Amino acid sequence: MNKNSILKRWGRGIIKNKKASFGIYFVSSLIGLSIFGPLFTLDPTAFLGTPLSPPSLEHFFGTNGQGQDVLSQTIAGARQTLLVAFTTGFFVVLVGAFIGGAAGYYGGKIDDFLSLIINVFLVMPGLPLMVILASWLPPGPLTLAGVLILTGWAWNARVIRSQMMSLKGRDFVLAAIISGESNTRIIFVEIMPRMLSLLASSFIGASIYAIGAQVGLEFLGLGDVSTVSWGTNLYWASNDLALLTGSWWTFVPTGLSIALISFSLTLINFGIDEVTNPRLISERNWKKQLPDNTLNNGVTPVVRKNG
Amino acid sequence: MSNSIRYLTRRLGFYSIAAWAALTLNFFIPRLMPGDPAAIIFARFRGKLTPEAMVALRETFGLTDGPLLIQYFSYIKSMFKGDLGVSIAYFPEPVANIISTGLLWTIFLAGTSLVISFIIGTLLGAIISWKRGGRLDSFLPPFLAFIGAFPYFWLAMLSLYIFGFKLEWFPLRHAYSDDVTVGLNIPFIFSSIYHAILPATTMVLVSLGGWMLSMRNTMITTLGSDYITLARAKGLSSWIVMLKYAARNAILPNFTGFGMALGFVLSGALLTEIIFSYPGQGYLLLQAVRSQDFPLMQGLFMTITLAVLAANWFVDIAILFLDPRTRK
Repeated sequence: MNKNSILKRWGRGIIKNKKASFGIYFVSSLIGLSIFGPLFTLDPTAFLGTPLSPPSLEHFFGTNGQGQDVLSQTIAGARQTLLVAFTTGFFVVLVGAFIGGAAGYYGGKIDDFLSLIINVFLVMPGLPLMVILASWLPPGPLTLAGVLILTGWAWNARVIRSQMMSLKGRDFVLAAIISGESNTRIIFVEIMPRMLSLLASSFIGASIYAIGAQVGLEFLGLGDVSTVSWGTNLYWASNDLALLTGSWWTFVPTGLSIALISFSLTLINFGIDEVTNPRLISERNWKKQLPDNTLNNGVTPVVRKNG
Repeated sequence: MSNSIRYLTRRLGFYSIAAWAALTLNFFIPRLMPGDPAAIIFARFRGKLTPEAMVALRETFGLTDGPLLIQYFSYIKSMFKGDLGVSIAYFPEPVANIISTGLLWTIFLAGTSLVISFIIGTLLGAIISWKRGGRLDSFLPPFLAFIGAFPYFWLAMLSLYIFGFKLEWFPLRHAYSDDVTVGLNIPFIFSSIYHAILPATTMVLVSLGGWMLSMRNTMITTLGSDYITLARAKGLSSWIVMLKYAARNAILPNFTGFGMALGFVLSGALLTEIIFSYPGQGYLLLQAVRSQDFPLMQGLFMTITLAVLAANWFVDIAILFLDPRTRK
């Protein structure tokens, strides 16, 4: 089967997959909302009403401690948060593919050295490291993305390394080596496309990580608190004593948005796994043909399709 | 046995390298940033320090006028002596003293929630893999994935609002109430457990899903093995086959993941502590960020990293006892 027909089959499978299509639908509508939404909402940074007034017809989600409209802030905040998250996701996969790919492909001393670096970064606790980095750098989205990439790449590098090691010994790689292709070409043209599903789910996983870590850093006050993002929304909510004044509407919409987008991204990942993982595919095919629970008995099913 | 010792020494070597890398990062990060680190740090101390104290502090961070290598060794030397400098936020208290007061609370809160979520999550993973496709199996993973999608600290905010503020079931802040005396007495222990319930529960809820899913996945592979089929054929009860045969082997990857998860859970715990004004490392971290207390921040990074590395090594020792393959 050639590459294109596999891609087509995956594409069709993902569209048909309930989890993935729900996730894609929700993520894309949120991205659309974050791009075009701010054109229609009120100015998120303007003083519009009595501070901390509860949801009303005028302000659907109420106002925050600065008298700003919470609905506009939630929509406007999506823009920066998602931009930083997807940028981080992309670069985390890129760095991971370079370092993990090189470690897995070359092996030997190069692998020993690169694996050591990967493992050191894996074992170091992320948040405190992010905090010192972010506190020395000028606050802003660029700093956030940089810090998140530096602390997040190692996990992907490790996953890509082990995948590379298992693909390296396959016949098509040996054939490419014998036909005299260069190492870079083998890694990026021959092997990487075959890891496409892994790279895609790594990208999504890294983006989920970036949303959570970014919001945490900004909540601590390490982002640029004058801009509007989901993290700074929560920072201001806690700064304005949202809890002690009982104004739940200042932090609930942002938190729910974060959870919904992370959950939708997770669903896409589940979908990718179901569609591209050969073991799950064959299991699903068996389930269609066999009565319930036969698979759970730990025996290999044998079915003849015709007669 | 000598193999085990060689294995543990090798791991110890790796953790030493990691600790050295953390130390070196701690030294170089301020120097790679725009601006003069000495000027930035000492600007915050202006009018607070005597000239002698200033010289001592410069030595600690290696911010002397000498060449970089000399600065580096001066810094390493003071770190080995446990001298982490003087805090700005809590001037003139040394950083090492401040950190040690909060460390026990963090270990208590993060440690207990990590262990509880590991046990419950692993057990749930074993149970749902047993009845795969059953009601529990189709409900729990998506539900916990949804809970896990919330940031730790946001869930903490919400539970503090509902259970602390609205329902008044749990205290709003701190690790124990004001009317008990600190020490090993019954009221103090009860008070600290009562204060830890809400933060610990939110942390357990968020981290449960990960343990459950990884246990479920390894269980599914294990359940296909021949010895499981044999155990069933012998007519052993489901619980014995599940826990004594399958789970015993499937749990090993989860144990390895325990060390890895430590740093991640700790990061979440730090933010949760901030919400509950819990007097641990997270609360100190917030103070450090708010007042740009660089010595305290860097001291926190060092101690938290060392704690995580030490815990990882203990996990290695535990695996040595649990997995006979590592003893070969």
